[in-house]
Amino acid sequence: MNAQLAGETLDISEQKWTTVISPQRAWWDLRLGDLWRYRDLIRLLVWRDFVALYKQTIFGPMWYFVGPVFGTVIYTVIFSGVAKLPTDGLPPFLFYMAGNTIWTYFSSCLSSTSNIFTGNAGIFGKVYFPRLAIPISAVVSNLISFGIRFIVFVVFLIYFLFSGSDLHPNWWILFLPVLLLIMAGMGLGIGIIVSSFTTKYRDAHQLVGYGVTLLMYSSPIIYPLSSVPANWRWLVLANPVTPVIEVFRGAFLGVSSVEPLLLFYSAGFALIVLLIGVLIFNRVENTFMDTV
Amino acid sequence: MSNTVISIENISKLYRLGAIGTGTFRGDVQRWWAKVRGLPDPHLKIGEKDHGNRDGETIWALKDINFQVQQGEAVGIIGRNGAGKSTLLKILSRITAPTSGIIKIDGIVSSLLEVGTGFHPELTGRENIFMNGAVMGMDRREITRKFDEIVDFSGVEKYIDTPVKRYSSGMYVRLAFAVAAHLDPEVMVVDEVLAVGDAEFQKKCLGKMSDVASGGRTVLFVSHNMGAIQQLCSRVVMLDEGKIAFNDLAGVVVGKYLTMGLPQQGERLWPDISQAPGDDVARLRGVRVLDQNKRICTSFDVRDPVSIEMEYWVLRDLDYLDASFYLYSERGEIILSSIDNSHDTPSGERKRPAGFYRSICHIPADFLNNGQIYVQAALTGAGNRQAHAIQKDAISFTIIDRMDTGGARGNYHAGEWPPAAVRPMLNWSVERLPLKPEESKSSEPIVN
Repeated sequence: MNAQLAGETLDISEQKWTTVISPQRAWWDLRLGDLWRYRDLIRLLVWRDFVALYKQTIFGPMWYFVGPVFGTVIYTVIFSGVAKLPTDGLPPFLFYMAGNTIWTYFSSCLSSTSNIFTGNAGIFGKVYFPRLAIPISAVVSNLISFGIRFIVFVVFLIYFLFSGSDLHPNWWILFLPVLLLIMAGMGLGIGIIVSSFTTKYRDAHQLVGYGVTLLMYSSPIIYPLSSVPANWRWLVLANPVTPVIEVFRGAFLGVSSVEPLLLFYSAGFALIVLLIGVLIFNRVENTFMDTV
Repeated sequence: MSNTVISIENISKLYRLGAIGTGTFRGDVQRWWAKVRGLPDPHLKIGEKDHGNRDGETIWALKDINFQVQQGEAVGIIGRNGAGKSTLLKILSRITAPTSGIIKIDGIVSSLLEVGTGFHPELTGRENIFMNGAVMGMDRREITRKFDEIVDFSGVEKYIDTPVKRYSSGMYVRLAFAVAAHLDPEVMVVDEVLAVGDAEFQKKCLGKMSDVASGGRTVLFVSHNMGAIQQLCSRVVMLDEGKIAFNDLAGVVVGKYLTMGLPQQGERLWPDISQAPGDDVARLRGVRVLDQNKRICTSFDVRDPVSIEMEYWVLRDLDYLDASFYLYSERGEIILSSIDNSHDTPSGERKRPAGFYRSICHIPADFLNNGQIYVQAALTGAGNRQAHAIQKDAISFTIIDRMDTGGARGNYHAGEWPPAAVRPMLNWSVERLPLKPEESKSSEPIVN
């Protein structure tokens, strides 16, 4: 039966049905039309994330600015001041801030999408909407916080430029949207794979914390790729986040030691992870309420 | 020509009980390892009770459900806890997928399994209206258009810019329902959201729901409130253990539901005189409750007459014997007592020569209130009123209120009748009085 395969289809043969509910949808049926119909929901979820976080706080959205500065100061004091790690000759503060700004977008996308099913079981159990709306809105609202961090970063960049640091922002800056897309794809892809896994096994969520830490230290955030010994460099390069961070730093600060072509590796990785993630997610969203 | 809007075909839903996964990867590995070594599952609960429709380690929450809903129809779904109502709702609302079968729906479905889904405590009432509306599937323009109406309906306009965490629970629910009430879907699936709020608000909700139903839209309504079901729905599907028990007119199915599982006994017989309750003077042979066609019946409409029949042996010639009964309510209160002889019975007719007798009491229509009724039958003698036979809870029957107007209810259709002992249809006289001149100056004329 044709209708058996399709979750949402117009079956012209007998009567037009707007919704067909069946045990299993075809793996390729992602119901993207549904997602489009619920775009206002995505918009509101993004807005809610942004507004609700700082309600009943004194400084409100100011906290968005405090976060990145605070983190970078700590990095500067510990990794540069105490541990004396090299920074490719760049001002340590800007070096860490650059790495942190782009990395945080990835890590926040990953962690905010890795608990979709269990974290929203209450609402998922009561109303239908395309489940993908939640992770997508998370990725978009993280983009807003990235924007704020990025503004802070640019302010410091301009300050350092005017105070005569040897920095060379260049045309690679135009690649920023591509870099963000790759980071979002990877974060979202891994996140929803973990989400799908946590519906049966809670262990997966525990792993995310360790995984993110491990990934961060294997990315050139607190150290430049150039300082990694040659025989270990493949390990850091195997990390698909590495090219994105290095290209980002190269674009804004002018020093990078990665072949920009490696971005294709990152992009490919993001695409595959995202595809697998969406397919698994679609499979799980059908019946996860029975096991969650 | 009616047009099928929802077509439910062979829907089944299987839940796995034991094998659902222990929740951790380690637990599943342990289970697998135990299975490999032929040991019992370390994660299975000891002494788990079997359900009736349990099949090994699985349970069919729904099995082969088939029914159709036509355009503009309001269909109620009832059943005891665990009958499968919620599972069916969840499948219809696309919260979980069926195990087999298919449901075809023509139109946009909104399901209201809860009010206020997506409400965020930190957001204001205004913000939550938009949030909740979007979760329910409304788009921004639609919400903006209906915003004033929603606020008006909720009655919280004074606090609309206050975070909902500061709302009283009543205000919260009113706001939440207001949003839900302004959904405008072609098909609406509603769970018992009406079990919230005060009586006045519930009335408002019911009114809104019947507007939806009478406005040509299709409504599926799950509830335990038989009054609401009968008020809203023309047809009712009753589920029992995952199957459709009845699918018929609302009054018929509700009647069956109300009398289901109750210890009904419309007749009690003691054919063997030596075992019958009583003494050497008189003994009961049988007690039964009959409808107007003289058939034994256990459920009556409030507007039906009820007859209580007693058969008894009188073992010696008596000058006087009463056959009598008490009717008890389910709360254990005596509703009434009646005796087959009254003071105007000529004394000659009170004699009871030895023999076999039948006494029938005719309780008029529109007299008993709705509820379960238990009958205590007795045979009592003269003078000292000694009892020859008393049979407590001899039989029982149910009076059903179908909530339609008429009878003692008149045009009152707003809800349950008060739990009075009886509901007789009484005569009233109403007259309009002329206003006294001195009062007409100070008070407004009464207009009715």
